[in-house]
Amino acid sequence: MSLNLLALIGAMLTIATPLVWAGIGELVVERSGILNLGIEGTMYLGAFVGFLAALRSGSVWVGLVAAIVAGLLAGALMGLFAVTLGLNQHVSGLGLTLLLIAGCEFTFRLLYAGERPTLDDKFRVLFRGADVIDQHWLTYVGFLVLAPLAWWVLGSTGLGARVHAVGENFEAADVAGISVARTQYAALIVGGALMAIGGAFLTLAVLGSFNLDVVSGRGWVCIALVIFARWRVWLAVAGALIFAGTNALQLQLAITPAFGDVPGELMLALPYLTVIAALAIGGRGVRYPGSYLKAYRRG
Amino acid sequence: MSGAHSSNGRTGGPLLELDGLTKRFGELVANDDVSLSVAPGEVVAMLGENGAGKSTLMKMVYGLVRPDAGTVTMDGRRLEIASPRDAMAAGIGMVTQEFSLVETMTVAENVALSGLGLGRVDRSAVRRRVTDAMDRIGVSLDPDRLVSMLSIGERQRVEIVKALFHDCRVVILDEPTAVLTPQDVRALFETVRRLTAAGLGVLLVSHKLREVAEISDRVVVLRRGRLVGTRVTGEVDDAELAALMMGSADAPTAVSEPDTGAALGLEVEPLSERTAGGARAAVLEIEGLTLTRGSRDVLRDLTIRVGGGEIVGVAGISGNGQTELVSVLSGTEPASAGRLVVAGTDVTRAGVAGRLRAGLGRLTEDRRGSVVPQLSVEQNLVLEDLPAYTRRGLLDRRAVRRHAEELIERFDIRARPGDPVATLSGGNMQKVLLARALSRGPRILVVSQPTRGLDIGAYRYVHEQLRALRAGGGGVLLVSEDLDELRSLSDRIVVLLRGEVVGEVSAVEASAERLGVMMAGGVPA
Amino acid sequence: MRFVLRGREPRWLAPAAVAVGVLVTVALTAIPIRLAGANPPAAFERYLVTPLTSTSGLYEVLLTATPLLFTGIAVALAFRAGYWNIGAEGQFLLGAIGTTAVGTGLPDLPAPVALPLGFAAGALGGLAWAVVPAWLKRRVGIDEVVTTLLLNPVALLVVQGLLNGPWRNSESGFTDSDRLGTAYDLPALVPGSRVHWGFGVAVVVVVVVGIVLTRTATGVRIRAAGQAPRAAEFSGIAVGRLQFRCALVSGGIAGLGGASQVMGVQHQLTSGISNSYGYTGVIVATLGGLGALGVFLVAFLLGDLSVGAQNVSLVLQVPAQLGAMFSALLLLAVLSAMSWRRYRVQWRPPRASAASESQPERGPTR
Repeated sequence: MSLNLLALIGAMLTIATPLVWAGIGELVVERSGILNLGIEGTMYLGAFVGFLAALRSGSVWVGLVAAIVAGLLAGALMGLFAVTLGLNQHVSGLGLTLLLIAGCEFTFRLLYAGERPTLDDKFRVLFRGADVIDQHWLTYVGFLVLAPLAWWVLGSTGLGARVHAVGENFEAADVAGISVARTQYAALIVGGALMAIGGAFLTLAVLGSFNLDVVSGRGWVCIALVIFARWRVWLAVAGALIFAGTNALQLQLAITPAFGDVPGELMLALPYLTVIAALAIGGRGVRYPGSYLKAYRRG
Repeated sequence: MSGAHSSNGRTGGPLLELDGLTKRFGELVANDDVSLSVAPGEVVAMLGENGAGKSTLMKMVYGLVRPDAGTVTMDGRRLEIASPRDAMAAGIGMVTQEFSLVETMTVAENVALSGLGLGRVDRSAVRRRVTDAMDRIGVSLDPDRLVSMLSIGERQRVEIVKALFHDCRVVILDEPTAVLTPQDVRALFETVRRLTAAGLGVLLVSHKLREVAEISDRVVVLRRGRLVGTRVTGEVDDAELAALMMGSADAPTAVSEPDTGAALGLEVEPLSERTAGGARAAVLEIEGLTLTRGSRDVLRDLTIRVGGGEIVGVAGISGNGQTELVSVLSGTEPASAGRLVVAGTDVTRAGVAGRLRAGLGRLTEDRRGSVVPQLSVEQNLVLEDLPAYTRRGLLDRRAVRRHAEELIERFDIRARPGDPVATLSGGNMQKVLLARALSRGPRILVVSQPTRGLDIGAYRYVHEQLRALRAGGGGVLLVSEDLDELRSLSDRIVVLLRGEVVGEVSAVEASAERLGVMMAGGVPA
Repeated sequence: MRFVLRGREPRWLAPAAVAVGVLVTVALTAIPIRLAGANPPAAFERYLVTPLTSTSGLYEVLLTATPLLFTGIAVALAFRAGYWNIGAEGQFLLGAIGTTAVGTGLPDLPAPVALPLGFAAGALGGLAWAVVPAWLKRRVGIDEVVTTLLLNPVALLVVQGLLNGPWRNSESGFTDSDRLGTAYDLPALVPGSRVHWGFGVAVVVVVVVGIVLTRTATGVRIRAAGQAPRAAEFSGIAVGRLQFRCALVSGGIAGLGGASQVMGVQHQLTSGISNSYGYTGVIVATLGGLGALGVFLVAFLLGDLSVGAQNVSLVLQVPAQLGAMFSALLLLAVLSAMSWRRYRVQWRPPRASAASESQPERGPTR
């Protein structure tokens, strides 16, 4: 059995990229006290809208911008349900995901029934060379810019303190003059944009095309990762790498002769099972943010 | 009443003026056209029973609730207060009843939270500013400690520093002494005097006559949402204030009753003729009870005995194991070591059902946590006893209804059997819980904070029931932070500190000072 | 204009909120219908009315509603107990697997044995899939939302793995399973229609769960555990154990749905055996108010919609996903409308109370 370590790490980074973008998005939202089960649908939306815009305009950049805008709107919509209306977050998030996925599939079938359009122009891979540094720029930005920036903002700025306060104790934040609603909306909107970028990465950088299974549960994995990471940015990145690692391992092993008998599906399932196992081991005594799942009403 | 206190009035005009404030919640009128004023350097006390509308009024001033009508004026300028931020900007600070602190942040971070912008936080500068403020106000706390590690008294001090951190002209204190020891209360009043000396106005919300007498210059009385009187503190006596608070129908004789006095926070004379209940058979025996959480002993080797026909009070500063003692006794948390015997039956290993069968009744401080809000009154009343109302697999609805009607009659519960429990007032909910606990004829009733937040009528009713249980030969273990309540009811009082019993006094010897010293860990003279 | 908390809620408000939700949904879905080039009123007629106008259409609706009854009541039961079972999809699939295992492994049993066995295997499969998240919640305190959710894609992978490998069709070589023994065919409920006895079983299950929830002591305990777990514990209800059991029963009922779908419709296992029934079950449960009657009505409605959507997709060229869009939107719209019930609009602030009539009129506070 031969294992190309560099290729493995390279694949790991690429696979981890949407998880890092969308995962940090979900992390920010959950820090403010909201569980956003609309993440799967938002990633899907970003993947589809990005692809559609890129196809129609001929430019992947336009696609990316369109995906970001779509993500902002999806986040705001979740804000309407969870913050303004105070609906049950499990159900409204799931409803949003179902709506967005059905909507994207509907539009895709309407426009391209039977066809399989591809992009001429994908996001290029930068710095061709050894497999590890053979990445798209969104990967570099994700790991080297987004993660440190998120860590810094959440930990060392007034903005991060506000998010922390809102997520721990609504009243404390309110009494300190922080607008709970505005903070949560901001977290949702930013988070939505990040989730959409994670989805757009799949179609605009990796695949160059769209299919109905493009996200296939990655959003749910992000939810698990965020809890596993105890809402800490670096742990979330590490978790993303672990999940991606098992996924990349599966791809490598599937093509090596000695492992041919192990069904591919088992290997595909391995990452999910790894996350569940990690939750089982590391999830003991997790202290959820104080405002988790609650809606704030004054007085 | 003593406590005449010269106010450092400045240019004479009032600092803060409330004019015609009104608030309705659905059909409930919480405040009806309330107007009052506070001068610089003046302490105005707002008196009223629980439910009179004091908190709602203060929340309107602080921007947590929007008034339906009325205005708030500072220095003659009308204020538009849509959120706490506006109130802070106008110079109003508030120390809330339920502390609003972020547990996972440090003291300094909590205090400075309101002043943080969006950008980078200079931690050392923040720390310096907070330490300066604490010195200014006369509070000493470690700014880098996590709030989750602080005691109740310390947390309140953080709240005070927080409220005064930005430039304040008026400070509102909402029931500040509710969870403090006598010593802490003294420290608080010291701080208030410093503030008024500096020219701040103070609005103190309370239902305790004694404290109001000590610290205020003027008193306004609220009843059922309306302002029913304004008096100068030195020129009015307890009876008149009590009359205003409760309505003259209940009034002048009322204050001489120990329960009413206790409810109003007045001095309670320990009654000298109380039988020593020790000779009667024990209905509750706690032996060597220990509860370990993580590496800490939350309860350590507790031994308490309650005899039939006896009320044993448990005193102590909040957070010294009282809540844990009640949960272990209730059966919701297993003890780490020790023995528990209810009316002769060893229930150490028994679950809730077993303890109820042995004769244990419980009334905990978490009222809302003991009822299922969306279920009806009748369903809640049988919740502890469901198997008894089941016939052939299905619930016997008629039996449940009959049981509920009987209890509603007996305990004077103002509700119908089918009403969802969530719609009941605090007092009525407590009656439901009391009915549920007492209707099974318990041999020993464990109660915790039974009258917190209740109006005088409900307060007296609960005490009546407890005395009736004692008269019938049952025992009561009364855990309460209200020293006056403990002294008014108990035959003996034990004091809890850091999970251990550090002392016991009989009713006659139980003065507030003595108990206060023991609660703080000292040895009484 | 401001929003003010109501005092008491008039009885007509809840149905009115539902009606508003429906209207909003219809209005919003008219947009994609138009974009697809169809006429909304005509489309809606085909979606909702046409299937009900013929007996064959009616039977199709009942057929389509059958799996939704199972997953809907399964989710409703779990949600009532406070257990957020989002994994009905995976449990449904595992039920299908269980039934296929006995159906292809023991194909020659007589029908009176085969059918109950098929159902039992389905229930067991669904229950088995629900055990791990339920156990993790009970023993380790892990939130069940994530664990149940993640097991859904894994369940699909299991199905695909089996179909690509050991259960690959021995005759055709396609990736669907062998046909189950004919003894495992659920007979038609109404002769000549496709409605099968699975519908009957579904109705019975829904009714039984409904009775348990509303009329038994266990039902009171379940509702207490779901609404106020601390209060329930205090009253001696073993909340953890109760939720665990409800989680398993919920999984088992979803598994029955899978069994019913295999034995009644497809007679084999395919990777498309579930058309998002598990996720739609969440919609059915929530819109149905977590009650038996509501589950019936909403499952029927969504079945109607689904049949209509197939028709519309063929005739009017509107992609069938509109049905799924409609149901998700309906969920969100009705929930939103219901949340408004507690408030009413106040156009002008009230004048000062009668007691102070003599005082000058105050302007509105902003």
